[in-house]
Amino acid sequence: MTPALLLEWAIESIIIILIILGGFAYLTLLERRTLARIQVRIGPNRAGPWGLLQPVADGIKLIFKEELIPERADRLLFILAPVITVVPALILLAVIPWGPTVTLFGREITMGLASNVNVGVLYIMAVASIAVYGIVIAGWASGNKYALMGGIRSTAQMISYELTLGLAFIGPILLAQSMSIDAIIEGQRSLWYIVLQPVGFLLFLLASIAEVNRAPFDMPEAEQELTAGYHVEYSGMKFALFFMAEYGKMIAVSFVAATLFLGGYLGPFVDRLWWLGPIYLLIKVVVLLFVMIWLRATLPRFRYDRLMAFGWKIMLPLALVNVMVTGAAMVLVGGWA
Amino acid sequence: MNPLEVLRGLWTTFKSMFEPPVTYQYPEVKRPVRPRFKGRHELKRYENGLEKCIGCALCAAACPADAIFVEASENTDEARYSPGERYASTYEINMLRCIFCGYCQDACPTGAIVLEHHYELSFTSRREAIYTKDLLLVPVPPGGKPTPQKVPAGSYERAIPDMKDPA
Repeated sequence: MTPALLLEWAIESIIIILIILGGFAYLTLLERRTLARIQVRIGPNRAGPWGLLQPVADGIKLIFKEELIPERADRLLFILAPVITVVPALILLAVIPWGPTVTLFGREITMGLASNVNVGVLYIMAVASIAVYGIVIAGWASGNKYALMGGIRSTAQMISYELTLGLAFIGPILLAQSMSIDAIIEGQRSLWYIVLQPVGFLLFLLASIAEVNRAPFDMPEAEQELTAGYHVEYSGMKFALFFMAEYGKMIAVSFVAATLFLGGYLGPFVDRLWWLGPIYLLIKVVVLLFVMIWLRATLPRFRYDRLMAFGWKIMLPLALVNVMVTGAAMVLVGGWA
Repeated sequence: MNPLEVLRGLWTTFKSMFEPPVTYQYPEVKRPVRPRFKGRHELKRYENGLEKCIGCALCAAACPADAIFVEASENTDEARYSPGERYASTYEINMLRCIFCGYCQDACPTGAIVLEHHYELSFTSRREAIYTKDLLLVPVPPGGKPTPQKVPAGSYERAIPDMKDPA
């Protein structure tokens, strides 16, 4: 471990955190503008040109809000919950490479913090599941029945959809015959896995929307029924942290989906011009984010029992069949046994 | 949930993204109001500049919210504000009470008070909520003279104008 390597890691870590934090800020603006356009409105356009300073204005407002801790709340857990929720979103991107290996300043630099880890997919799944604890703890520690119900709903929902999510991961793993993200991307050099795994991609997309608690699966926060669900008692920056987690995870799962199914940073001429890699990846991520916003603008919230039925009776069997078909095809067509 | 219907819904929302926005950029662009919109009151004048209001206080009597206060004074030919004997020396409308029903306009025998199209009536104190006569009175029309006017004796005996086609 040389100082140069440490420096490289430090820079890459900072870039990842900046992607999530800056992405969070501007994703909220993108979402508000897109929703407004879909609803034939204009959207926020007052703060700065085209409303570009709106996230800054929101941030300043939230910082100066009173931080309230309810008397009946469990203080330690109440403060810990937003932290637990936000950290997975920040570290999820560590295994996603955002470009091919380049030689800069006489060093081989891998773009991405730990893209060559041989269990990258497992890491993603493990880290993505941590966030549910934050939400449950937030609901429990608030000492509020609505928050508790939001927390419980979110546990039930996230556990149900995590199974589908995990099974959707298996498609690319089987095709690449590796759990390393690098190998999965290399496997898509000729053909993106979305072509070989259309059902897998769809399942992944739906399950990941449920995983990040967004409409139409925003059951845990269901404004109209639970006022705001698990974060009803939170205010100020702690409240903002929950939103940072939600939007950060949105960005993170978009990166994961782009990497596993849409070829990651691969694209025309990426081998000759390394800087095209991050651009291709960013375009794919923005398209996926747009799809998420678009779905939110279109579909109403699922009823709770239907959400569960959909998860267990449609998504899970479909995912299992998908895994079996993929496996059988790999043996029969690919000659892999 | 029929997947085809979901796709149809997605197509609908996608199309609506390319429609021009129906909202207005309010402080810069103001939506025109309807011709019969009832906004802030105005006290009208005749073409020669005399005030139509004769201080009869019928508007105050008609007001269901008791928002209008009128105090009348005597007109003289040296200092004439309106035709007839009296004019409104004080005319105040409390905009915190007004419900913009337009009964004052219906009650007015000379058509002096009219609910016009101003609707930006924000204020920051209760005192500012009381609109006084100089706020409500319209400017002198071109060719007219400001009140009080000095007129030849006996030229404005009638308080209420001759109506061609009384309703």
